[in-house]
Amino acid sequence: MKDSITRDNNNIILRVFSYLFWLIIWQVIAHYLGNDLLLPMPFTVIKTLLYMIKQEAFYITVLNTFLRIMFGFFISYIVAILLAVFSYNLRFIRILLNPLISFTKATPLASIIILTLVWIKSSNLSIFIAFFVVLPTVYTNMLKGLENTDTKLLEMAEVFRVSKYKRIRYIYLPSIKPFLIAGGSLSLGFCWKAGIAAEVIGLPQNSIGEALYTAKIYLNTADLFAWTFLIILISMSFEKLFITIMKKI
Amino acid sequence: MDIILKDITKSYDGQMVLKNFNWTIEENKFNFIMGESGIGKTTLINILMGIVKPDSGEIYGIEGKKLSIVFQENRLLEDFDPVTNLKLVADKDTRDEEIKTLLRELGLEDSLKKKVSQLSGGMKRRLAIGRALIARADIVIMDEPFKELDKDLYLKTIQLVKEKLKGKTVIIVTHSEEECEIFGGRKIIWKDIQERIYKKEL
Ligand SMILES: Nc1ncnc2c1ncn2[C@@H]1O[C@H](COP(=O)(O)OP(=O)(O)OP(=O)(O)O)[C@@H](O)[C@H]1O
Ligand SMILES: [Mg+2]
Repeated sequence: MKDSITRDNNNIILRVFSYLFWLIIWQVIAHYLGNDLLLPMPFTVIKTLLYMIKQEAFYITVLNTFLRIMFGFFISYIVAILLAVFSYNLRFIRILLNPLISFTKATPLASIIILTLVWIKSSNLSIFIAFFVVLPTVYTNMLKGLENTDTKLLEMAEVFRVSKYKRIRYIYLPSIKPFLIAGGSLSLGFCWKAGIAAEVIGLPQNSIGEALYTAKIYLNTADLFAWTFLIILISMSFEKLFITIMKKI
Repeated sequence: MDIILKDITKSYDGQMVLKNFNWTIEENKFNFIMGESGIGKTTLINILMGIVKPDSGEIYGIEGKKLSIVFQENRLLEDFDPVTNLKLVADKDTRDEEIKTLLRELGLEDSLKKKVSQLSGGMKRRLAIGRALIARADIVIMDEPFKELDKDLYLKTIQLVKEKLKGKTVIIVTHSEEECEIFGGRKIIWKDIQERIYKKEL
């Protein structure tokens, strides 16, 4: 017991140290370059961030982007799960979906973003892009989880005439859960990257992507860094939250 | 109605396991089947349950009947506790008290909250037997149900099964003459009704 506590403590210290280490490297390089345009100092970025969060417009911007990406994520997550369930039960649906899934997997995101801009309003762009990112990953994972389900247990349930609900709850769910969590958290992070990239190209009003673009126009590297940190922070906390909630189910 | 197996034939990738197999399973009795390892007992049971389709032959008297089974390899929900495992197959109106009592009778009262994966081999076996007992079935099939139990529990569990399933149609696969005698059921020995095909074909 005591041993594991000291080991945990050592781990935390080591982790904090690893962050500190890279922060120092950053500071040293920035100091050496001495040019805020190329690489701003950590302190400058923190100052910018603190300034940003005092503005009302900041929250509108973050919320705009956040809601769209999350909306896109959840809708696609659910659709992907449903499609995988259909595919698992009906062979022809699986064969039918196969080209679509391979296509969405292989197409470069930039092509999809530009093509989508031709079709729909830029404000809804990231919702649509999330779809492209989430669908193939979650669909493939969910299908793998379903196929991974112990056939011996399913046979057992069949012989005992276990109800559909209990089969899902006690046999399918434990088997697909790790796959759903992996697929979800993987595509969640990717959703943010792709969604922001789409915004930088499509420039919907009051979005993080637009803010990044503006920072680029004005060569405001500190702003760029501040926004980037924010995106990483939101995306990572949401991923943690997602995993925590999914594990409770 | 008795269960009648008529001319059941089954082979796996060209290897004949059952050849014109005939057997009458008597209603409301303990029916024992004995035979050496690898001869086809589990295959026969899988055919009875409908998990494996025979190549040819007929089975009468089993359609529409509710089955309960102890599988050779348990097939329990390893990530859930014993109570959940029993509830999985129990009818809605089975009381919690009934489940607890049965688990106590099986000597599992100290493990109610444990995951099955944390139980010993013998405990899992008893739980698998418990699951077959709690399901309300017309026909109960058991594939070497008592094999992993040692002396004390062995006799206790046999007594419990005998008591609970009296008057039901029960099929038990076993290697033990002793079990047949305790139950006083009807015994068939594989080679009396079926040539040892697989050796002959080699
Ligand atoms: N799914 C399968 N595919 C191919 N061969 C199989 C399969 N299941 C069983 N067999 C073969 O059929 C034969 C009978 O197997 P079975 O499991 O029915 O024997 P058993 O009498 O139950 O043996 P034991 O007493 O060891 O449990 C064996 O030779 C086995 O290799
Ligand atoms: Mg067997």
